[in-house]
Amino acid sequence: MLGLKHKDATLFLIVAALAVFAPFFMNPFPTDSGLAQFNAGYPDLMQKFVIFGVFAIGFNILFGLTGYLSFGHAAFLGVGSYSCVWMFKLLGYNVIPGILLSVAVSAVFALLIGIISLRRSGIYFSILTLAFAQMSFALAYSVLSNPAFNLTNGETGLQVYSSDPQIFHREGLPDLPHLFGLSMRATSTLDVGPWSFQFNAGYYLCAIIMLASFYLAIRIFRSPFGMMLRAVKSNQQRMNYTGLNSKPYTLAAFVISGMYAGLAGGLLSAVDPLAGAERMQWTASGEVVLMTILGGAGTLIGPILGAGLIKYFENIFSKINDAVLHQWFALLPDGLENAVVAVIHPFVGKGWHLTLGLLFMIVVIFLPGGLVEGGQRLGRALMAARARLRGGGREAKSGAADGQPGTPAE
Amino acid sequence: MDSIILQVLNGLDKGAAYALIALGLTLIFGTLGVVNFAHGALFMIGAFCAVFLQRVLSYSRISIDESQKDFLGNPLKVETPFVEIWFGPDVGGSIVDWSVPLAILFAIPVMIAVGFAMERGLIKHFYKRPHADQILVTFGLAIVLQEIIKYFYGANPIPTPSPEAFIGSYDFGVMLGFDANRIIYPYWRMIYFAFAMVLIFGVFAFLQFTTFGMVVRAGMADRETVGLLGIDIDRRFTIMFGVAAAVAGLAGVMYTPIVPPNYHMGMDFLVLSFVVVVVGGMGSLPGAVLAGFLLGILESFASTTWATTTLPGINQIIIYLVAIIVLLTRPRGLMGRRGVMEE
Amino acid sequence: MGILEVKGVGKRFGGLKALDNVNLSVRENTVHAIIGPNGAGKSTLLNCLVGKLIPDTGSVTFQGESVLGRKPHEINQMGISRVFQTPEIFGDLTVMENVMIPCYAKRDGSFRLHAVEDVWSESDIVEKAEALLRDVGMLEKRDSHAASLSRGDKRRLEMAMCLVQEPKLLLLDEPTAGMARADTNNTIELLKTINAKRDITMAIIEHDMHVVFSLAERITVLAQGTPLVEDTPEKIKGHPKVQEAYLGQAHA
Repeated sequence: MLGLKHKDATLFLIVAALAVFAPFFMNPFPTDSGLAQFNAGYPDLMQKFVIFGVFAIGFNILFGLTGYLSFGHAAFLGVGSYSCVWMFKLLGYNVIPGILLSVAVSAVFALLIGIISLRRSGIYFSILTLAFAQMSFALAYSVLSNPAFNLTNGETGLQVYSSDPQIFHREGLPDLPHLFGLSMRATSTLDVGPWSFQFNAGYYLCAIIMLASFYLAIRIFRSPFGMMLRAVKSNQQRMNYTGLNSKPYTLAAFVISGMYAGLAGGLLSAVDPLAGAERMQWTASGEVVLMTILGGAGTLIGPILGAGLIKYFENIFSKINDAVLHQWFALLPDGLENAVVAVIHPFVGKGWHLTLGLLFMIVVIFLPGGLVEGGQRLGRALMAARARLRGGGREAKSGAADGQPGTPAE
Repeated sequence: MDSIILQVLNGLDKGAAYALIALGLTLIFGTLGVVNFAHGALFMIGAFCAVFLQRVLSYSRISIDESQKDFLGNPLKVETPFVEIWFGPDVGGSIVDWSVPLAILFAIPVMIAVGFAMERGLIKHFYKRPHADQILVTFGLAIVLQEIIKYFYGANPIPTPSPEAFIGSYDFGVMLGFDANRIIYPYWRMIYFAFAMVLIFGVFAFLQFTTFGMVVRAGMADRETVGLLGIDIDRRFTIMFGVAAAVAGLAGVMYTPIVPPNYHMGMDFLVLSFVVVVVGGMGSLPGAVLAGFLLGILESFASTTWATTTLPGINQIIIYLVAIIVLLTRPRGLMGRRGVMEE
Repeated sequence: MGILEVKGVGKRFGGLKALDNVNLSVRENTVHAIIGPNGAGKSTLLNCLVGKLIPDTGSVTFQGESVLGRKPHEINQMGISRVFQTPEIFGDLTVMENVMIPCYAKRDGSFRLHAVEDVWSESDIVEKAEALLRDVGMLEKRDSHAASLSRGDKRRLEMAMCLVQEPKLLLLDEPTAGMARADTNNTIELLKTINAKRDITMAIIEHDMHVVFSLAERITVLAQGTPLVEDTPEKIKGHPKVQEAYLGQAHA
């Protein structure tokens, strides 16, 4: 299907189904139940899931395939955001020119940074990208917001003012980002008994773009180009002695992943027309690294899982406060209840970063392949257990669920 | 002329902090071959050792003084630190006042213990893993450490004053024959610089003149051979990690009166210190120190009004700019050794 | 006029003269061995041929074109492939992918961005890679991870990767180093078949005289950075200078 092998096509269809039906299964709890706070099916969060999914998918094309660890990808995200808002200011609120420009500008930006950074490899590459991103952040925050040449509007963040030209803005068009008149904020709600499901235009636009990006990523992974990128990671020396120039390959990967980041930045602005410099800060770069590693670098589905998980943590986990905890453990005897709450307290609410850091360490230490590898191991263990239960005989087939070349069966 | 001197002086204390962190970073990198993204967190933990000690020392008994009333007419609560009760108001008062310098004594064992625990508990298992894994796991550790500190001390900077005796500034200008108030330099920054120099020379002397240091230097040059000689290089490297942690920690302790510590100060300094290490040359100790001071001073020059009006924003990006230029023109850094971390 | 001409090549490392006025001519479609005691400069010479090192003096020409100053991938594109002392393969990739990569390099040059085609849709490449794996007897291992192969298989795979590019000159750096006798003999057989079947010139650096005398048609003896003699195996065997070089080395 669509030029994909059976396994990849299945994976793509699963992701597509998840994206389409997200408003339903992200809201599994009735609106007025105590667990409603675990519902993630509101537009703002669902948009973040798919947008950061795009960001992580792109990052994975660079890091997962070539092994080049960039600590500066947030710069492209920020550049994309700014470009998109500029299109809103100049042309009007239609999101198409904004998204196109954000991809184009980030491509140019990534090309420039890539040409310089890729002259070095290993940790030097990481630090060069980090330095570039920090520089961009500093410039966006201060210099580029001077009155004469105000590109970024500094601390306030770039936004649309009524004095902006918006030359294509017409009467009757929404005064917010829209797609040919369909406002990104347009949300219809479906009430089924105690449940309530929200369908948001912005979310579906981002989801469609995420699926397109995901589809392209699958094609890249399965292409000769993708194979060359894995060769770069595996053995650059052999690659050079095979008559291949690794530089243009890594540069192309860097630019492509920069464009993904720019696209994600553009989408962030498309659903909320405000771009701030903090999107370029190195903690933001660290976040996409976290997402990719957590899900599984070098796998197809991993970055999407990682992005979803981290954004879910950020939004839902951080809302769990002591009152909620006491409510959960109310059945326990008072002393025990307080003890349990005291133990959990540092890890939730404002402390969710702690959980995140721990989770991240655990993944790097024990599961370098991320959650995808964890799932595969679990699957293999289950298969083996089942085979043993049946009295053995048949070997458990080790299959990589994600189309990664499976580790050879022992 | 006077403004040049002023900028050099202004760059010294920040440069000293960069140099101390970069020294530890490159020591760990040179001996253990590990890229430690949690090194900034050690600086931060050191700073919070000072905060902790100050809190402990100022721990007070609250008594109600019926003779004094506040403006609402309620009896006034009087807080008396326990140390003042135990040692009398004079001695006790100066103990509280001198809590930051005292924290040095407290921080040394704490930081060495933290360093040992980190190396034995985590870093040890990553010697053979790729650098990317080391970066990632120490990055995770840095997040955990700073979140723990945030849990206990909150997100806001905590003012931690220096002893009263060092508050105020010295007018260098007068000493050098300029007009008054042209070159004034706070006492504590002077102390910080002097302290950093002592620490740096201490580390170099330790490496240069002790058998231990000799083995470590040999290990930095050729780990395998030293291992073959039957010397327990691993144990020494653990100790080295403790030393590097202590250096970063002490840099943090003494930095608290200059900038009130907060939980993310480590990350802020880490990024810059990495740049410093790279500029100085990965694995070169003198390079780290030289680059630390050089970049500190350069940053201070870039912050002058003259520089910021000619090239707006130059103060924000100068260090990164220098790093990029150095990396591209002298890939090994200013004083990097051949063969360390090359492609 | 040989396919590879090395003239007056010299290379110093600090005070050490690794190569001094080396002249060498490898004739087309022959197997040419370069032997010599340890430290004679064999590996340095090889590195100068493939662009890893640039000699201080002299010239290296391949089919009349200079290779000096060219990058390794450009030299490979001229038709020189190299087998390393410890096999250099793509450990994370499958055996089949390992062989497909040089096929692409041969067909498309040093870079081509085909990012949306499927790797397996290019039937000419797949067939070519499969045919070569069959030739070296590794077709049944096509889906194994290269890193999981035995050392002998890794060597065989590396050779397959070089051969699939149909190089005009194949450089082999101690292809049997660290191998058991049986494996060594297999490798000799493999190289003999390759030489018989294809128009390939081979230059071999080797310690093992058994390998050298089973394969080589011409031998150059290198000692202390300079070539002592160049001749046929029969003449080399009894050559006094060669015995002196090796025995002198042994006594030193």
